[in-house]
Amino acid sequence: MTLKALFAASATAALLLALPANAAELTVGFSQIGSESGWRAAETSVSKQEAAKRKVNLKIADAQQKQENQIKAIRSFIAQNVDAIFLAPVVSTGWDAVLKEAKEAKIPVVLLDRDIDPSGKDLYLTAVTSDSVHEGEVAGDWLAKTVGDKACNIVELQGTVGASVAANRKKGFDTAIAKHANLKIVRSQTGDFTRAKGKEVMESFIKAEGGGKNICAVYAHNDDMMVGAIQAMKEAGLKPGKDILTVSIDAVPDIFKAMVAGEANATVELTPNMAGPAFDAVAAFKEKGTVPPKWIQTESRLLTATDNPQKEYDSKKGLGY
Amino acid sequence: MTMLLPRRGLAQILALIVILAVDRVVSPQFFDLRLQDGRLFGSLIDVLNRGTPVALLSLGMVLVIATRGIDLSVGAVMAICGAIAASLADSHGLPVVLAAALGAGLVCGLWNGFLVAVLGMQPIVATLILMVAGRGIAQLITEGRIVTFSSPDLVWLGNGAILGVPVPIAIALGMLILTGAVVRGSALGLLIEATGGNARASELAGVGTRAMILAVYVWCGVCASLAGVIAAADIMGADANNAGLWLELDAILAVVIGGTSLFGGRFSLVLAVLGALIIQTMNTGILLSGYPPEFNLLVKAVVVLAVLLLQSPKLSGFAGIMAPLRRAKP
Repeated sequence: MTLKALFAASATAALLLALPANAAELTVGFSQIGSESGWRAAETSVSKQEAAKRKVNLKIADAQQKQENQIKAIRSFIAQNVDAIFLAPVVSTGWDAVLKEAKEAKIPVVLLDRDIDPSGKDLYLTAVTSDSVHEGEVAGDWLAKTVGDKACNIVELQGTVGASVAANRKKGFDTAIAKHANLKIVRSQTGDFTRAKGKEVMESFIKAEGGGKNICAVYAHNDDMMVGAIQAMKEAGLKPGKDILTVSIDAVPDIFKAMVAGEANATVELTPNMAGPAFDAVAAFKEKGTVPPKWIQTESRLLTATDNPQKEYDSKKGLGY
Repeated sequence: MTMLLPRRGLAQILALIVILAVDRVVSPQFFDLRLQDGRLFGSLIDVLNRGTPVALLSLGMVLVIATRGIDLSVGAVMAICGAIAASLADSHGLPVVLAAALGAGLVCGLWNGFLVAVLGMQPIVATLILMVAGRGIAQLITEGRIVTFSSPDLVWLGNGAILGVPVPIAIALGMLILTGAVVRGSALGLLIEATGGNARASELAGVGTRAMILAVYVWCGVCASLAGVIAAADIMGADANNAGLWLELDAILAVVIGGTSLFGGRFSLVLAVLGALIIQTMNTGILLSGYPPEFNLLVKAVVVLAVLLLQSPKLSGFAGIMAPLRRAKP
């Protein structure tokens, strides 16, 4: 956990203490993976905000990317007899034993952001995750709508080879543009989800496609690669957002900065608010006994330059991305 | 004929020419150059520009390897120094930013050198410590985020140009000349090679082997910090999770492709940098080729194998046997 997150955590704790002690209706333990990415840090801070909004007493355990720490955290939450446990599983297998203990203690478990191995389906209440195939589809649909009937050569910056998110975002985008014969992916390479590689790959795409003249749009599997690609286009004397359309996924603050500058066109949000719907599902289950569906899909919002990117930037920049 | 060509370096130059020719085939505009905003622009410039971080790392690494050591921490040192430069860039002038980043690299080098030269740890383990911890330190500095900056001075280091030549290329060339002048212009290079060849014998002969080892790790740290600053300046931000990730392996590979033995005792700065260029020429070629990304690593492995086979003494012996036969033909 970073220092900033620690301060934020103690500030939230102080806030909760300052409230009347019995105001917290629910106590929820959250086993978070650790600080693996900016998105993960944002998820943690949004979870705290959502908890404060609902007056939920949220206890966060940072697992530092280790499953054994997550299992320990869950056991300690069971011992504290919390009302519910949130789990962002670092791996998909090996949860059966500890989830059975939670079930025996009659504590509902909600999975956040990632799913686990199918064998444990009856061991948790619900999973709140986004659909990364759908994210790719939203991106593809936006591009098809924006381009219209014109022929459009697309270059694609893929995520890390072998990552399921990358494969899914590719699949969704391919499905969406398959319906339009005028859209064609002419080049596709991996940019490893990073800015530096996104820039390097885009540089060679530009050279290979007649100095960028043959490229009509860039699709990147995440915003960071797109930020790098935008720099490559600018250095080649092209105008990203005008000469070449851009669409990417994640909605990190810096892509909104580019949108404000007119250098990016669209992004699809991977919301860091997984805890909000999870709190609601747990509250409904506790109060009325409503059993939620096994999968709660988060919304994949499309955000473009017309959706007030400055406001999005301001609301996201403090979240720890 | 072959007598006129340099024996050392022939394989590397041949390999570079072959890979450049292949690049020309997969991408007909490979050698096209033009000026864009006062800066040379073309695939060839991309090769040099993108090859800069590994070339700088290999300059430090080749000296470390010459003393029979290895430095696995250079990638993490890049991340630390990039993070420091990015955090200071918008509030301080370029001299302060550079001094802080290079100073951090120097301290990292001193730490590695202390563990190896003074405490006598195995280099691979000693530098593994900083390789693991360094990325964590960088993440602490950036708080796990990508720290961006807009200071035009630092951006110039990554994206500017001197007489049309991108600044990173000029820096790498300057460092090559400086390092070459220091180690080959004096007896220092010989002493480094002596330390790697036989540390005990050199010590008895009066070579300050401990100081030599300390010095090469410090230089390696400084080279890595320059590479880190350039990498951060290039993307106008410090990405602690990914900056320099696995580049220590590329740097070691560059040194080995350059014909320097991992057992120490001899080295060539120019060939190490040439090794870095061979790697980057191949990487850029792969990106230009349009093959699916699943092939990237496979192609890279095959090319590296071919380059190393070219240098294999067994194989050149075979070629030596073949040569008279060929000459005998009418």
